[in-house]
Amino acid sequence: MDLFLQNIVNALQWGSFYALIALGYSMVYSILMLFNFAHGDVFMVGSYIGFGVATALLGFVAMTGIPLPGWLILILTILFSMFLTSFVGMFIERVGYRPLRDAPRASAAITGLMIGIILETGNLAILGARRLSFPQLIESATYQFGGVYVTNKKVLIVVVSLGLMYLLNRFIHKTKWGMAMRAMSFDFQAVPLMGVSINKIAPLTFAIGSALAAAAGILYGLAYPVLDPYMGILLGWKAFVAAILGGRGSILGAALAGFLLGFIEIFVAWIFPSTLRDVIAYSIILLILTFRPHGFFGQAHSTQLRL
Amino acid sequence: MDNQEHTAQQQNKGFKTWLKGFVTGIPLICWLFGIFGAVLVEYFLGDLISYYLGLPKIPVLFGFLTVLKKPLLIPGTLGYLFIVYGLPVIILIKSLRKPANRLAAFLDRQPVSLAALVHLGLFYGALHLWADMSDYRLLVIKLTMIAIMLTLSLNVINGYMGEFSCSHPGFMALGAYTASTITLLLFANDKQFGDALLPVALGPYFFPLALVGGGIAASLGALVIAIPSFRTRGDYLAIISLAFLFIVKSLIENLEVVGGPRGMSSQPSYATLPVVFIVMTLCIWIINNFVRSTMGKALNAVRDNELAAEAMTVNTRKTKIITFMFGAFWAGVAGGLFAHVLRYVNPGSFGIQSLAEILAMLYFGGLNSVTGSIVGAVSINVLSEALRPLEIYKWIIIPLLLIMVMLFRPTGLIAFTEFKPKELMKPRQNTGEDA
Repeated sequence: MDLFLQNIVNALQWGSFYALIALGYSMVYSILMLFNFAHGDVFMVGSYIGFGVATALLGFVAMTGIPLPGWLILILTILFSMFLTSFVGMFIERVGYRPLRDAPRASAAITGLMIGIILETGNLAILGARRLSFPQLIESATYQFGGVYVTNKKVLIVVVSLGLMYLLNRFIHKTKWGMAMRAMSFDFQAVPLMGVSINKIAPLTFAIGSALAAAAGILYGLAYPVLDPYMGILLGWKAFVAAILGGRGSILGAALAGFLLGFIEIFVAWIFPSTLRDVIAYSIILLILTFRPHGFFGQAHSTQLRL
Repeated sequence: MDNQEHTAQQQNKGFKTWLKGFVTGIPLICWLFGIFGAVLVEYFLGDLISYYLGLPKIPVLFGFLTVLKKPLLIPGTLGYLFIVYGLPVIILIKSLRKPANRLAAFLDRQPVSLAALVHLGLFYGALHLWADMSDYRLLVIKLTMIAIMLTLSLNVINGYMGEFSCSHPGFMALGAYTASTITLLLFANDKQFGDALLPVALGPYFFPLALVGGGIAASLGALVIAIPSFRTRGDYLAIISLAFLFIVKSLIENLEVVGGPRGMSSQPSYATLPVVFIVMTLCIWIINNFVRSTMGKALNAVRDNELAAEAMTVNTRKTKIITFMFGAFWAGVAGGLFAHVLRYVNPGSFGIQSLAEILAMLYFGGLNSVTGSIVGAVSINVLSEALRPLEIYKWIIIPLLLIMVMLFRPTGLIAFTEFKPKELMKPRQNTGEDA
């Protein structure tokens, strides 16, 4: 029982990463009907930007002697990196997706993939092949509830990601911009006629998705402090699976499916030998998609493709 | 200023018409003669010429490697390229134009298969001599041919049928492991499976059967994707195929019989250049016939509008199942060849990276086109070998190139064209009528 609860805690942590990244995929999809395949690498870039910001802040503290507490540095790091990474997202939209809005869908997918490769290689070229280790901004502490061990980092990761999801939800449902986004995802053709510019909404969507990915990147860096340029690939593709599983374009679905994927992976690894994790986890997903081909919250609308 | 531009345009136009006049009227076989001649020159005089031009050795891949490593050798390399490749080709195509046209006209009256055999024989001869000069070239050619097969078979699914299948490396892995298991189990004494069960000498003759076995394994695997594809397509199918890829890779990693994560090694070296060439030719021929048949038209109908296709009596389920199995079959065969060319496979070679490479080749070359697939596979492969000295910057240049192609030609370089061997091989008199 203790082990079960322990695994739930781990799955919540692991699912937070998937959910935060999957949100970016899903938001872009709901507006443009395209997937941003560079998103996994945006996560990686966000993590590196977080590393840079955190190091700079620590350096600032060491230089000026102003005693900033660790948690404040962490919050500043997350905010700054989210802000900076959102520009990466907007750049990707401008270069790779805006010119291809009317092109066959697969072309945009390829452009996204290639931008992802450029981000990885560019990172490798600039920073070299050595792995960086993310600075530990807060002291690790372990609390024990019954037989369950919970570190403060795990709590922080889950709380921050849930908080971000809540903020996103408020933004989408309560603000004018959010309303424009919902309208755009409802009808891609008519809403621009109502005076909502797709050239503003699409970059905004990319920016928000990238900011969430950056937050995920920093939280990931807190939990697993070793950064390398290829860390975004596998996580990104798996979050993509989660985004689809939730139902394309569904924000709630993406978040839930992200957590579900985390739960499936952790529990499969607990029950079966951990080397079988991918086989069983993805067989489950294959089964789910066979019986619910449109995911959990996706509408079974026309699947007519543009190619 | 305007005037200058105008003259520049005129000059450009003049050059274009000159070039057009220079190349028209030359049938394919004449080009092949030219290439053969150039390769002969390199084969016999290459060392000598490169010595006199101050090059350390024959530039292996059109001098790209030499030039990128030592920029000082650029003039020498350019001279070498001109003397060895440019000059013989120009001289031969100019002087052989008339007899070659007569030959092409003669072949045009013969069955297509005979004409194709003559062309292929000539091409293979040139390729064999060219590859004979260095092992590196041989490997590059073999891998390029395998890439052509992979791209072409993916084009059947992604281009002609319009699905976005991501499982090609998985099919390839199934083929590679099945074929390797067959050859290692039956015809090789190795540490994995022990002694050969059949006489080792029989191996090369049964190699095609091993390849077919790999192909069949892959096409059985394709059923896993084909059956869900009845109900869903597009992004969901992409995920199903992606999940399939993860499952196959992870399964192989867990199967200790085939070496687990360490992979399998010491496959017998059956995949020689002629074998790879013949299999690739068969693949191109069969796939080209497949996509030009009624079945191929049915594929396009399913892609453009599934409901309408169904209404026009296309059996969409049968079409999808056949196409997935057919595409996967050739991916499996290519995988089998891949395993025997490198003589080592491990699950790591069939991951997301390899998926990105195959997709890049497909979309670079062009959807719905056999020629496009060939062009895409060859150019990306040769480019990525040629830019090897740039190390990691290679992976900035190639993606940039691909993004450019996508921005300016969103369906790829040569998309939506038919590959007609008979048209390609017909004589071209210098009358300009049929140019």
